[in-house]
Amino acid sequence: MRRPEKELERASRIVTRRGLVMGGLQLGLVGVLGWRMQSMQVGQAEEFRLLAEENRINLRLLPPDRGLIFDRNGVKLAENAQNYRIVIIREDAGDVDETLAALARLIPVDPAAIERAKEEMARRSAFAPVPIMERVPWEHVARVTVNTPSLPGIHAEVGLSRLYPRGQDMAHVVGYVGPVSDFDMTRGYLAEDDDPLLREIPRFQVGKTGVEARLEHTLRGSAGTARIEINAAGRVMRELGRDEGVPGRDLQLTVDSDLQRYLQIRLEGESASCVVMDLEDGDIRAIGSAPSFDPNLFVRGISVADWRMLADDKYRPLASKAVQDAYPPGSTFKMITALAALEAGEIDSEETVYCPGHLDVADLRFHCWRRGGHGNMNLHDSMTQSCDIYYYDIGQRVGIDAIGAMARRLGLGVQHDVPLSAVSDGIAPDREWKRRTRGEDWRIGDTVNASIGQGYVLASPLQLAVMTARIATGLEIKPRLVRSIDGIPQPSGRGESLGLNENHLRRIRDSMFAVSNHSRGTAYGSRIDAPEMRMSGKTGTSQVRRITPEERRAGVVSNEDLPWERRDHALFVGYAPYDNPRYAISVVVQHGGGGSAAAAPIARDILLQALYGGTPPLDAYPSAHRGRIQTQQQEMEQRAAARAASMRDRA
Amino acid sequence: MSYLEYQVKYVPSGLRKVLYLHWPLILLVTAVAAIGVLMLTSVAGGDMSRWAEPQMVRFGLGFTLMIAAAMIPLWFWRNMAGVAYAVALVLLILVEFFGVAGKGAVRWIDIGFMQLQPSELMKIAIVMVLAAYYDWLPLDRTSRPLWLIPPLVLILVPVALVLRQPDLGTALLLLTGGGAMMFLAGVHWAYFATLIGGGVAAVVAVFESRGTPWQLLQDYQYRRIDTFLNPENDPLGAGYHITQAKIALGSGGVTGKGFMQGTQSRLNFLPEKHTDFIFNTLAEEFGFLGGITLLILYGLIIFFCIVTALRQSARFAQLMILGVAMTFFLYFAINMAMVMGLAPVVGVPLPLVSYGGSAMLVLLMAFGLVQSAHVHRPR
Repeated sequence: MRRPEKELERASRIVTRRGLVMGGLQLGLVGVLGWRMQSMQVGQAEEFRLLAEENRINLRLLPPDRGLIFDRNGVKLAENAQNYRIVIIREDAGDVDETLAALARLIPVDPAAIERAKEEMARRSAFAPVPIMERVPWEHVARVTVNTPSLPGIHAEVGLSRLYPRGQDMAHVVGYVGPVSDFDMTRGYLAEDDDPLLREIPRFQVGKTGVEARLEHTLRGSAGTARIEINAAGRVMRELGRDEGVPGRDLQLTVDSDLQRYLQIRLEGESASCVVMDLEDGDIRAIGSAPSFDPNLFVRGISVADWRMLADDKYRPLASKAVQDAYPPGSTFKMITALAALEAGEIDSEETVYCPGHLDVADLRFHCWRRGGHGNMNLHDSMTQSCDIYYYDIGQRVGIDAIGAMARRLGLGVQHDVPLSAVSDGIAPDREWKRRTRGEDWRIGDTVNASIGQGYVLASPLQLAVMTARIATGLEIKPRLVRSIDGIPQPSGRGESLGLNENHLRRIRDSMFAVSNHSRGTAYGSRIDAPEMRMSGKTGTSQVRRITPEERRAGVVSNEDLPWERRDHALFVGYAPYDNPRYAISVVVQHGGGGSAAAAPIARDILLQALYGGTPPLDAYPSAHRGRIQTQQQEMEQRAAARAASMRDRA
Repeated sequence: MSYLEYQVKYVPSGLRKVLYLHWPLILLVTAVAAIGVLMLTSVAGGDMSRWAEPQMVRFGLGFTLMIAAAMIPLWFWRNMAGVAYAVALVLLILVEFFGVAGKGAVRWIDIGFMQLQPSELMKIAIVMVLAAYYDWLPLDRTSRPLWLIPPLVLILVPVALVLRQPDLGTALLLLTGGGAMMFLAGVHWAYFATLIGGGVAAVVAVFESRGTPWQLLQDYQYRRIDTFLNPENDPLGAGYHITQAKIALGSGGVTGKGFMQGTQSRLNFLPEKHTDFIFNTLAEEFGFLGGITLLILYGLIIFFCIVTALRQSARFAQLMILGVAMTFFLYFAINMAMVMGLAPVVGVPLPLVSYGGSAMLVLLMAFGLVQSAHVHRPR
């Protein structure tokens, strides 16, 4: 079809015009695209680059190696042992239930552990390894490894876990670690701690009790980081860089683990505690509480049955009685009453008080432990024979405020800075204390009770050991549990002079010497015979019940006839050698009966062990006892050897 | 232009035609395709055999088709316009019955050696058929309502078929491309003003209809619109892809992270990285300079096409070339706007770069037609 030339030209003009309009529009849009590209890639590039890095890089925390704990001789008390654990990776496992069932057919697996693993798997991404079992014995690891083809997604891994080679010997001192709990982080001692390790590492182990908990931040170290490149699914592609963390610092304790073992074995069978302090520098050479428990059980995750057994035991194996229990110190408090009276100038050491067996104070009758009375008593005799009336009298004369002040000066009623759990303050009462805590006025009867360490007075075995150490040296000795941190020695606990009159102290020490060396002394039966090692001390028997007048009339019931919970506490404090004191000791046998019968022999044996640095020669003991002691020593050695062997096996 | 007219004017013949090809255009097309091969190598982590090699094979095939098409006189292609449209329409209908599904849509038919996407074929067929229609239609009838019906039917039938697949992106492309043809042919401005008014009304209707029984779009299409409007609202859900795509693009900065160093695409944060979102990998690894270079190459292709069209005197050639240019422009403009977060994600590939056979072959064929017009233009 021919078209007129004119029409063709017009058509061509229209197309040209419209083509140019279209081209202009296109150019405009290309400009918009270019501008957008520029604004994103030049203007906002930094912003987007940051987002891309955030996408790509994950910081993975590398848990630091926890610091080790040694005793004073370099014996390991807490170490990090390699152990095998079995983990499962969900995405490799396919049918998780089937795989776990196959695993359970191969090796014994706790059904609770399987449930735990399944819960954890549901929370974590499919490629994260979830531990099923820890501390798997080697033969089980071998069985799993050999059967890898039939156990998709299941691997054996090597990890570090805390091991306490000295087991129950050190349970109350070293404590134990466990996975950090919500409680720890919200209300517990880690509430202020914002270390990412606690939140990021599954089942991160933190100290739960004892030194492990109190020195958590020293032992923990700080996390290293690995910069990991991840893809969109969160899978690790490669490690971009690694910053090794700082391992926790190693601790050396002042404790002598052999003495500690002896102490624990010697206390076995009783609910008792004992503290041995070095008078040179305040070092705690041994601090034990019986019965004890195996801290390794807690690291592994204690079974309900084991837990119930420990928690329901009326002897309270979990309690660290040496520091967290406070007992009425009974007669071991008499040194304080006497020193307070001497320092106040209320008495002189030769002044006598007549003991008829009882004392009436403000309508109340207070009795001496010896119903018939002791007759005329001076300081020396009252201490040796533990007459109560003498102290009732001088206590009233000097007044409770002076007694309380002296008690605090000697370390009672104050908290000592040792890194152990639940360290008790005890109570060194005075008027102000009673008003503050009870809202009542102090009564004279309270003073009478307090003067013999009953009533409101409470002291922990550690405080009693400190008191004894201060009496023995006249120095303000402070207990020290940590000898060095990463090789850096910690300040000595040997303090300045207490400023007490040396003559008064000598009187007290002489009396304490007589307690265990004078034939009428209450601890004469537990004396040390070796002339250069002789012991000074003081027995105590503290009542945990009130003896009613009816009971008294019916005749005092002997401890053996009472149920255990109502028997007296047996206490002994002492130091040796008497003329050049090296160690102070305190022993409390809960509901053990009389101090001279139940506590003093234990204290004597442990002191000798400390003095001789091992089993003492038999001639350190009174000749009449040597036969019995020899049998006892042999038995103790056997038990110590058995215990050492059992711990070696387990480790 | 008839055979006789063609004979009387001087045109090169035989192999001499090769000398008269529009070589700058061929070079530009090849350069863009080379960038595509480079990026396909990069997104496969350096593995050429995964996407780059098949893409090169297709480019080779398409290049041959392009040169072959250029050798054939334009009047043949004009006469073939109706046939091409009919074939594309039949194939589009066949997709309805024998289509192969992929990514929630039925867009492909299996023709043995490759999976053909007839909607891509339709993009060029519709340009041809409309150019032929307006070449035939006397100019004074162009704007008459009655004569608007045939082109509208020609456009809307394939659009409806494509929407059924469903493929919103291609439908939009066909609609806009066809509309542009009508605009170029000289249809009166008033129609377009009305249409744009109607379009705005339609958009309102689309939004208003949501959740009612007469809902106009599929739920997934609404979600894409939501995602487009507020990708940050749901960065891990529906907005994830566009957010990650923008991060990839933006983080490239001016010079980029380097070849195969793009973390977003390497670590699979980037979606559809070898097809629709391949531009983001380019922008991430070669930065603003890389991105703007590609944009300039595209712009130059359009520019040369428009210049060629304006030097033509035959109406069919003019309309056809401008139509091809418009279609090509719509491809990359919609794709780029989409991956930069300027437009909703509708699934339009980046022309000559994205992995995909049909679009590559069809676009090269279209450039073959442009070349044919260029070679056989009256001098």
